[in-house]
Amino acid sequence: MDCSHVFEFKVKRLIVVFTLFLAFFSVTPAAFAQVDTAQVTEDSHAQPEAKEKFDIGKFALHHIADSHSWHVIGHTYIDLPVILYTKAGFVNFSSADFNHDDDGKVIVERKGQRFVKMHEKIYYASDAANEHGQFLSLDEKHHASNERPLDLSITKNVCTLFLSIIILLVVFINVANGYKKRVGKSPKGLQSWMEPIILFVRDDIAKPNLGHKYERFMPYLLTVFFFIWFNNMLGLIPFLPGGANLTGNIAVTMILAIATFCLTVFNGNKYYWKHIFMPDVPWWMYIVMVPVELFGIFTKPIALMIRLFANITAGHILVLSLICLVFVFNSLYIAPVSIAFAVFIGAIELLVAFIQAFIFTILSALFIGMAIEEHH
Amino acid sequence: MELLLPEFGLVIFQSIAFLLLMFLLAKFAWKPVLAAIKERELSIDEALNKAELAKQEMTRLTAQNEELMKSARAERDLILKEAKTLKDSIVNEAKLSAQTEGAKLIEKAKIEIENQKKAALAELKNQVSTLSLDIAERVLRNQLQDKATQQDLVANLLKDVELN
Repeated sequence: MDCSHVFEFKVKRLIVVFTLFLAFFSVTPAAFAQVDTAQVTEDSHAQPEAKEKFDIGKFALHHIADSHSWHVIGHTYIDLPVILYTKAGFVNFSSADFNHDDDGKVIVERKGQRFVKMHEKIYYASDAANEHGQFLSLDEKHHASNERPLDLSITKNVCTLFLSIIILLVVFINVANGYKKRVGKSPKGLQSWMEPIILFVRDDIAKPNLGHKYERFMPYLLTVFFFIWFNNMLGLIPFLPGGANLTGNIAVTMILAIATFCLTVFNGNKYYWKHIFMPDVPWWMYIVMVPVELFGIFTKPIALMIRLFANITAGHILVLSLICLVFVFNSLYIAPVSIAFAVFIGAIELLVAFIQAFIFTILSALFIGMAIEEHH
Repeated sequence: MELLLPEFGLVIFQSIAFLLLMFLLAKFAWKPVLAAIKERELSIDEALNKAELAKQEMTRLTAQNEELMKSARAERDLILKEAKTLKDSIVNEAKLSAQTEGAKLIEKAKIEIENQKKAALAELKNQVSTLSLDIAERVLRNQLQDKATQQDLVANLLKDVELN
C-alpha cells in the first residue's frame, strides 16, 4: 500500500501539536501563579467552599456514549422513544417519562413492570431504593447488577443512523440522476463533487486490491466508504443534526467489520482456504501455522472494528478534553487556548474522518482481495 | 469498559439499516453511476482511439502525397531528360546530315570544278591550238617567204609542240 505517508503526516502533526501543547503548560503556571495569588487575596472567603472536582473522563464518556434523549441546548431535550422487549412483550414510552434522570431514581411503570435508567441503560427496578435513592443494586464499582430488558429504543445514535442514511440516499440518488440527465456529458454540481471520490474508491481502492473482479464489490466498498465518511463528519458537528458518536460506537463498527468478514469468508476461493489449512510449509509446522492462520481470519475484522471505533472515539475525547480545560482550570483565560487547540484538532479530525473511511475501505478491499486472489 | 460492549439495540438497527442502505444505494445510485462513468470512459477511449487513427491516417496521407510528389518530380525529370536527349539527338542528326550534305555538295562542287577545269583546259587547249595554229599560220606566212627559214621554223615548232 502506498498510503503510509498519510499516517506519517498525521502522526507528525499530532506530535508537533502535543509538543506545543505540553510546552505551553510547562511554561504558563509561573505566569498564572501570580494572577492566582492576586485573586486568592480577593476571593479568599470564597475558596473554602471547595468546588466539586471536575471529572473530564466522566464528562467525555458521557458525551460520546449513546443517549435516550437528544440534548439540544441548556435544559432543552428532544425526547426519543424507548422501545423495550420485556418479559411481558414489547413496551414503549417516551424517554421524557424518566424526567432526564440518569441515576436510576425515577421509576417508569408499564405493563406491571418498573424500569429505571442509569448511565443511559435501562434496568428492571429493584423493589426498594438503596441509600442513594436509586432503585438499583450496585456492586463495589458502582455498576448496576439489575437485570436488563432488551433495549430496542430509537436512541440518539439510531436517529443519527437514520439521518445519515437519508442524507446518503438523497445525495447519491441526486448524483445518479445527474448521470441520467446528462448522459455522456461532463459532471455538474453535486455530481462533480462526488465523482472524483467515487473514482478514487474505484481506481485507488478497489482496482489495485481486487483485480479484474472489482466490480462485484464496488457497491459494498462505496457504501462503506461513504457511510463511514459521512457519519464521521456528522459526528464532528457539535450541535443538533450531528453530535452523535455513531462511527465511534463499537456496535456500528462491529456490524461493518462483520460485513467485511462475511464477504471475505463467503468469497474465499480454494487457494485462500488452502493457504489457511494447507500452507506451503513442512507438515510439522501446521501445528503452529494453521491455528495462527485461523486466528488471523478473525483478527483482521476485529482490528478493523477496533481501529475505526478507537480513532473516532479518541478524536471526540480529545476535542472534549480540550474544551474541558476551561472547567478544569476554572478560568476563562484558558478559553482562547483551549478553543484554538480544539479548532486545530477539529481540523485534524476532519482529515481523520476521511482517512479512517479510506483505511476501513482499503483494508476491506485488501482482505477480500486476498480471499479471491487466483493463485500464489 | 462500557464503551467496548456493543448495545444490542444498535446492533440490530445498524445491521438492518446498513443492509437496506447498501441495497438501495446499489440499486438506485451505484449501478447507474458506475455504468454511466464506465460508458463515458469507454466513449472517451473510443474518441481517443479514433483521434489516434485519424492521426495515423493523416500521416499516411501526407506520406502518400509526398510519395506522389516525389514520383511526379521524378517523372518530370525523366521527361525533361528524354526531351533533352531527343533534342541532342535531333541536333546531332541535323549536324550529321548537314555535314554529309555539305560534304556531298563539296564533292559535287569539286567534281563540277574538276569538270569545269577539264572543260576549261580542253577549251584552253583548243584555243591554244587554234591560237598556235593562227600564230603558226602568221609566222609561217612571214617565214614562208623565205624557204630555208620556213623549213627551220617548222622543224623547231614541231619540236616545241612535242615538248608540250
